[in-house]
Amino acid sequence: MSDAWVLVIAVGAGTIALKSAGPLLLGGREVPARARGVLALLGPAVLAALIVTQAFAGDREIVVDARAAGLGAAAVALLLRAPLLVVLVVAAAVAAGVRAVGI
Amino acid sequence: MAVSTDHPPGTIAEGMRAVAPLAVAVGLFGIPFGVLARDAVGVLPALVFSATTFAGSAQMASVSILADGGALAAAIVAALLLNTRYLPIGISVARSLPRRLTARLLAAQLSVDESWAISHRGAGRYDGRVLVGAGLVLYAAWVVGTAIGAAGGSVLGDPEDLGLDAAFPALFLALLVGQVRDRRGAVVALLGSALAVVLIPFVPAGVPIIAASAACLLGLRR
Repeated sequence: MSDAWVLVIAVGAGTIALKSAGPLLLGGREVPARARGVLALLGPAVLAALIVTQAFAGDREIVVDARAAGLGAAAVALLLRAPLLVVLVVAAAVAAGVRAVGI
Repeated sequence: MAVSTDHPPGTIAEGMRAVAPLAVAVGLFGIPFGVLARDAVGVLPALVFSATTFAGSAQMASVSILADGGALAAAIVAALLLNTRYLPIGISVARSLPRRLTARLLAAQLSVDESWAISHRGAGRYDGRVLVGAGLVLYAAWVVGTAIGAAGGSVLGDPEDLGLDAAFPALFLALLVGQVRDRRGAVVALLGSALAVVLIPFVPAGVPIIAASAACLLGLRR
């Protein structure tokens, strides 16, 4: 089998297993109250990490570039209570603008 | 956007509408992935990859490693590390997914970052219908984007020139603001981002996110 198919099958099977494990093993059961307290905080923890990695991660280094400018603009838009679509467009436009002028 | 804690049950259509702006960005990122994957693994494997794995950052990372002449094992490990966050994410949505086994397993595949966050209903509860609606639109966008890239190459140029890569952290910030309801949530978010920043230079991509997710263990404290 070619490397391409080994990659596709291994990553595909692994990812499907990772996504399925919780729903398969837990079923529709209610989780205990303490576990629920932990899961309620999973959103803030993972979202915060996704923001940092998507805005500032380079190849094993912290990079501050046009993405950071876009994120900053998005923060301002959120403070002004802009709708989600506006927040996304502002972030993209500012990042594109910063890249266009070559900062 | 779904952020308040008291919500009537949502619908699949609601999830589809809520995720629409983001699906545009996901689809536009599927195009350069398709271009890169066509050259690195071929057209058919590229399409099967997007249709089965359905995880943009992991697919992009692993295909980039192969394209740069890296080892197959390194490409597989990098992708799986990036997707390990789907283990806790799957646990968190388990209760809200359909009861029937087939439907449950299919819905689980649609639980990706964006559909997961958009379907949050407060206090760790998720709306399964909103999740499925959002996931279906994201899935279609990602697979179609991949197909366009693999078939014809990039017609739109580099999505980074359009600043689209900045739309993703912006989205996650908007979703975070909606999910931080109290001081404990804010502390966890700050701790999670601090852990990620500190770890990025030292560990492979994906590991900082897994480590940061441990910040939610603060929920064990009464």
